[in-house]
Amino acid sequence: MKKRKSFFAKWLGRIFWVLILGVLAYSIYAYNPSIEPMAANSLPTYDPAVIERGRQMAAAGYCAVCHTEQGGAPYAGNYAMETGFGTIYSTNITPDREQGIGRWSEAAFTRAMREGVDREGRHLFPAFPYNHFAKMSEQDIVAIYAYIMTQVQPVQVPQRNNELPFPLNWRYLQAGWKLISVDLKPYQPDPEKSALWNRGAYLVEGVTHCGACHTPRNAVGAERNSDKFEGAIIDDWVAPALSANNESSLTWSAAEFSEYLKTGATRQHGVAVGPMAPVVHAGLRELSDKDLTAIGIYLADSAGSADSEATSAALIAASLEQSKPRQSHRWDTGERLYATACASCHYNAEQIALGRPELGINSAIHLKQPDNLIHVMLDGVDNQDGIAGVVMPGFRDALSDQEMALIAAYVRSSRTDKTPWPELQQKITEIRKSTQYKRGN
Amino acid sequence: MIKLKINGRDVQVDAEPDTPLLWAIRDEVGLTGTKFGCGIGMCGACTVHVGGQATRSCITTLASVDGSEITTIEGLNPANNHPLQAAWQALRVPQCGYCQSGQIMQAAALLNDIPNPSDDDIDAVMTGNLCRCMTYPRIRQAVRQAAAAKREV
Repeated sequence: MKKRKSFFAKWLGRIFWVLILGVLAYSIYAYNPSIEPMAANSLPTYDPAVIERGRQMAAAGYCAVCHTEQGGAPYAGNYAMETGFGTIYSTNITPDREQGIGRWSEAAFTRAMREGVDREGRHLFPAFPYNHFAKMSEQDIVAIYAYIMTQVQPVQVPQRNNELPFPLNWRYLQAGWKLISVDLKPYQPDPEKSALWNRGAYLVEGVTHCGACHTPRNAVGAERNSDKFEGAIIDDWVAPALSANNESSLTWSAAEFSEYLKTGATRQHGVAVGPMAPVVHAGLRELSDKDLTAIGIYLADSAGSADSEATSAALIAASLEQSKPRQSHRWDTGERLYATACASCHYNAEQIALGRPELGINSAIHLKQPDNLIHVMLDGVDNQDGIAGVVMPGFRDALSDQEMALIAAYVRSSRTDKTPWPELQQKITEIRKSTQYKRGN
Repeated sequence: MIKLKINGRDVQVDAEPDTPLLWAIRDEVGLTGTKFGCGIGMCGACTVHVGGQATRSCITTLASVDGSEITTIEGLNPANNHPLQAAWQALRVPQCGYCQSGQIMQAAALLNDIPNPSDDDIDAVMTGNLCRCMTYPRIRQAVRQAAAAKREV
């Protein structure tokens, strides 16, 4: 007994020590030191060209979109992001020293962008797409820093508490997520491709973080590299595929992508709406034409070969044709006029009501000659005729001979199996003339 | 001299026999609830009842209705509370309102002849009453509501 117990105890002890060592190793791995707060008034001086580059890059990353709540000061944070794991509120990244990043040095900012770790060494949640920003050059990251620190108004707005359930709110665990989910290496140019293609790839994979919305995510919320740009749902909107599986009837060309990202619309595709609207209008449009051209080239390559001009033209022509009003609308003028001028009285539901003559069984439309029908259409039925006190107005001054002929022909053909009345319109013209006396003119 | 009974009142109109009934109603009698729309019987704004039947008064000559009983929107219900009028108010059917007296008069005649109309019946009978504000869905709803209210009475 004693021997057996010690055998288990020995193993339990080993497992215990392995666990302890594991937790220790993980903690060392997860640990990031705090970076010294930057002293007040010690911000380096930046060249205006660097600040301008930072402005463009901050726009291309639409930083302000997620770091500004509705009605709030720019970059002051508290924009709510529904992540599927809980609601995360964005941080205040104005240069305010208390609530913003005013104490963050260039090094602290760069580490946050590249590693998703804040100045004090805490792991940031991946709602902040540092997995993309890690691809950026140090020069571009510092430019954004320079822009924010010199051009953004400091605002003392505290960040709202995130609404994440335990243990997801444990930032310490984020280190493990990073280990299995993201590649934080800077962008590596592809020597097989052109300089413009590589520039586009650098921007798209990095600062513009297109994949954050257009690439589906796995169960732990990381972008699935195997399904890159295959499209995903974001905020109850579909971010369409940017791959060959894009569903537009016309494929996207490089020029179309560039135009869309510059203006928010193209002739051959839709407009930027929903979550895409700020991406263009508060973002990418600020990039230079050359950068937008580069992005277009990269995305068009991802979306596959563009349609030939002949294919596009045929698809457009087919669409234009399909949207034309149907010709039957005009062939059925008689039916339409009947619906407007006649059916309000000459319609019955299940039984025939007195005063609602049912034309399908009315002799006037079955006769060999249309004369009786024409007379009634022209001059109606007054209260000396038919039912006392009830009248039908004449349409002499309302309808032309041609319109009356269309109505009469429609009633005849839709309600009888008789042959069409020959020379109907001419007959109407004749009767109209011969009965003018009735109207005293 | 043409004799009419409008909303229960005897009226004598001294006008040309081919004068439209609408003119007599609006200008001679002064009942302006009935509106002039297209003037050719194609829009329904001028609809009144002649002998209980919905009739386009803009193309109906005075001569043809001599001796008839006419009802306009003002005479549809003594308390302006016909089930259609109640439904119209409850559902806030009108927008600009111009076509609405014609719509109500046409609908009233419809319910007399077809007390329980389907949407198809409503469309068939009401298609000649145009509404530029496109209140059609509410008109249809109000007609159904009024039909239900009338059945309960």
